[in-house]
Amino acid sequence: MLEIRNLCAGVDGKEILKGLNLTVKAGEIHAIMGPNGSGKSTLAQVLAGRGDYEVSKGSVMFNGASLLELKPEERARAGVFLAFQYPVEIPGVNSTVFLKAALNECRKARGQEELDAVEFLALVKKKTKLLELDQSLLGRAVNEGFSGGEKKRNEIFQMAILEPKLAILDETDSGLDIDALRVVSDGVNKLHGPDNAALVITHYQRLLDYIVPDYVHVLVHGQIVKTGGKELALELEKRGYDWILEGAAKNGKP
Amino acid sequence: MDSTTDTIESFVKSEYKYGFVSEIETEAFPPGLSEDVVRRIAKTKAEPDFMLDWRIKAYRHWQTMKEPHWPNVHYPPINYQDYIYYAVPKPKKKLSSLDEVDPEVREMFEKLGISLDEQKRLSNVAVDAVLDSASVATTFREELAKVGVIFCSFTEAVKHHPDLVKKYLGTVVPQNDNFFAALNSAVFSDGSFCYVPKGVRCPMELSTYFRMNTANAGQFERTLIIADEGSYVSYLEGCTAPMRDTNQLHAAVVELIALENAEIKYSTVQNWYPGDAEGKGGIYNFVTKRGKCAGRNSKISWTQVETGSAITWKYPSVLLLGDNSVGEFYSVALTNHRQQADTGTKMIHVGKNTKSTIVSKGISAGHGQNSYRGLVKIRPSAAHARNYSQCDSLLLGDRCGAHTFPYLEVGNSTATVEHEASTSKIGEDQIFYCNQRGISTQDAVNMIVNGYCKEVFNHLPMEFAVEAQKLLGVSLEGSVG
Repeated sequence: MLEIRNLCAGVDGKEILKGLNLTVKAGEIHAIMGPNGSGKSTLAQVLAGRGDYEVSKGSVMFNGASLLELKPEERARAGVFLAFQYPVEIPGVNSTVFLKAALNECRKARGQEELDAVEFLALVKKKTKLLELDQSLLGRAVNEGFSGGEKKRNEIFQMAILEPKLAILDETDSGLDIDALRVVSDGVNKLHGPDNAALVITHYQRLLDYIVPDYVHVLVHGQIVKTGGKELALELEKRGYDWILEGAAKNGKP
Repeated sequence: MDSTTDTIESFVKSEYKYGFVSEIETEAFPPGLSEDVVRRIAKTKAEPDFMLDWRIKAYRHWQTMKEPHWPNVHYPPINYQDYIYYAVPKPKKKLSSLDEVDPEVREMFEKLGISLDEQKRLSNVAVDAVLDSASVATTFREELAKVGVIFCSFTEAVKHHPDLVKKYLGTVVPQNDNFFAALNSAVFSDGSFCYVPKGVRCPMELSTYFRMNTANAGQFERTLIIADEGSYVSYLEGCTAPMRDTNQLHAAVVELIALENAEIKYSTVQNWYPGDAEGKGGIYNFVTKRGKCAGRNSKISWTQVETGSAITWKYPSVLLLGDNSVGEFYSVALTNHRQQADTGTKMIHVGKNTKSTIVSKGISAGHGQNSYRGLVKIRPSAAHARNYSQCDSLLLGDRCGAHTFPYLEVGNSTATVEHEASTSKIGEDQIFYCNQRGISTQDAVNMIVNGYCKEVFNHLPMEFAVEAQKLLGVSLEGSVG
C-alpha cells in the first residue's frame, strides 16, 4: 500500500528525514517511535503534503501512485488521513458542514454519489454509536473550544466518517487521560480492517497497550534504525532509546 | 513562511464578472459642475421650484465645504470638474409600459440577472432599475398601488407626490450634512422613492438596482423611504459598474423615516467595480445613509455586504428619537487587492429605552485596508438605552490591514453599552487542515469566510443571502496553490 524509498526531506533548508525506508501493507498497523526531534512528525507532515516541508530525494508510492506529486487534498481523497497532533480550530465553520463537504469530496474522487444531508446524518449517527461518541460536538464549530481530549476524539470521528485507506496518527495519545486514550484507541481498533492500514506515531509505549502494532520502528536522526514486533516497544519503554542510539553509532550511522 | 503567503496571495486574485460595458445611446451633459449645471439638471427634469431652490441652496453650501480627509483611506485628489453630472439613456420613444423599455437597456439588466419582465420574476421582488442618472423601469407598481404602497423613481415622486417629497426630503440627511451629501443634494438626478401607508405591511421586497455605465459619469442618486405608522417594508439595493481605468464617482444619499410602530429593513449588496489588482480604476463610493426612528417602537435595520468599490466611505446610521425604538447595523465589508474601506455606523440614542445592535465583520485580503468606524452616542435624555457592538476583523495574508475606530459617548448613567472586538487570520494551518480532509483551498477559504459572515448573512432576505455568499466567493476567487 505504502512504499517509502530513501526519503529525504526537511524544512527551512534543514534536512530532517535522511533516507527513510518503510513499507506498509494493507491490514497492517505500524508504530513509529523515536526520541524527540528524530523526524516522526516530519514524516507525518510530508506524507500528508504540508507545503512547508521540502522533499529533496526519494519516492513515496501509495497504491501505485506517486504520492509526492499529489496536492494535499488529492492525497486525502486518495485515502490518506492524518490525525493531527494539534487539531486546528476553525471558528464559524460548523463541524457537520465541514465533515459533509470533506466526505463528499472524497466520495466524488472515488466515483461515488455524494451524500445528501439526510444520508449524511444517518451515517453520523451510525458512527457516533460505533465509537460511543457524543454527537453534540458536531453542532459546534470545528474544534473550536474543544478540550484536548475532545479534539483528539474528533479526529478519530472524522477518520471513521472518511474511512481512509491509510491512517496516520501523529502522537494522538499526547495530552490524553487514560479514559480518553481508551476511547480513541477503541475507535482506531474498530475501524481497522484487512483493507486499510495505520501508521501510529507515538512517543510512549502506553498507546501500544491499546493499539497493538504488527511492527514497531525506531526512528533516529531521520532514519529507521531498528524494526521489530510489538515487544520492541516494551523494550524501549524499559531501556529508553540510548542503547539503540549507541548501536546505531557503532554501525557507523549518525 | 514565504510559501504560506504565496498561497494566500495567489488565492485572492479575483475576477469582476459585471465589468462589461453596454452600448447604450446616452445623452449626457459635458463634464463639469457649476450653478448653471445644477439649474440645467432641474430644468431637464422639469422640476418644481422648491426642488431647484433646494438644489441651489445645497450647491452654494457645498462650495463652502471641504472634502473630508479624516477617513482612513488614501487616493489622489479628485477634480470635481472632470465628472459628468448628468447622463441618461437616450429615449427612443416615450415609455408607456415596461414592455417598451429600450431592448439594449433591458438586455443589460438581464445580463446582470435583473429581469425587468414581471412574468419572469419568480421571486416576489419589485425592482426599480437605475442606469447612470435615471431610473429606467420600475416593476410591480400596479400590484403595490393596490395596497397603497408608492414605489417609483425619485423623478416621478417629485412630479406626482410633491407634498411627500417636500415634507420628508432632507429631514434625515440635511443638505449641509457633509461634503458628499451636499454635492448629492445639488446634483442628484434620480433614485428610488417609497412610501408605505399606515398599517400596511408591504407585500413584497422592494429593490433598486444601480448600474453605472457611462464613462466618467458620476452617479448621484437619492433614496427616500417613508414607513408610516405601523407599517413594514423590506428594501434591497444592488450595484455594479463596468471595468474602467478611471475612477468613477458615486455619491448617494439614502434617507429612511420610520414613524410610530413602523419597521424598515434595508439591505445592500454593493459590488461596484473595485479596480484591478494594481488599484487602477474602480468606483469611489462616498455614501451617506441614515435612518430616523421618529416614532415610538419604530425599528430600522441596516444590513450591508460591501465587496466592491476602490474606496468605500459609508456609515449607515440610525437616529433613535422615539422611545423604545431599535436600530441595527449588520455589515460585511471585504477589501481585496488595493481596495480601501472606511465603514461603520452611528447609533444616536435620544429616546428612552432605545436599543441598538452593531455587528461588523471586516475581511481584508491582498493589500486591502479595512477600517471600522463607529459611534455610539447616548444623549442625556436616553434613559436605559442599550447598545451592543461587536466588530470582528479577518485577515488573509500579511499585506492587508484591519483597523477599528470605535467611539463611545455616554451621557446617561442608566445606559448599558457593550463593545466586543476580535481580529483573526485565516492561517495556513486551517487551510492545510481542510486540505487534509479533502477540501480544496478555494472551498476552504470560502467555507471559513462564509462561516465568519454567517451572523450577518442571516439578516439578509433569503435570495440575497445566497447571492452574497456567491459574491464573496467570486471576490476571493483565484484558486490557491
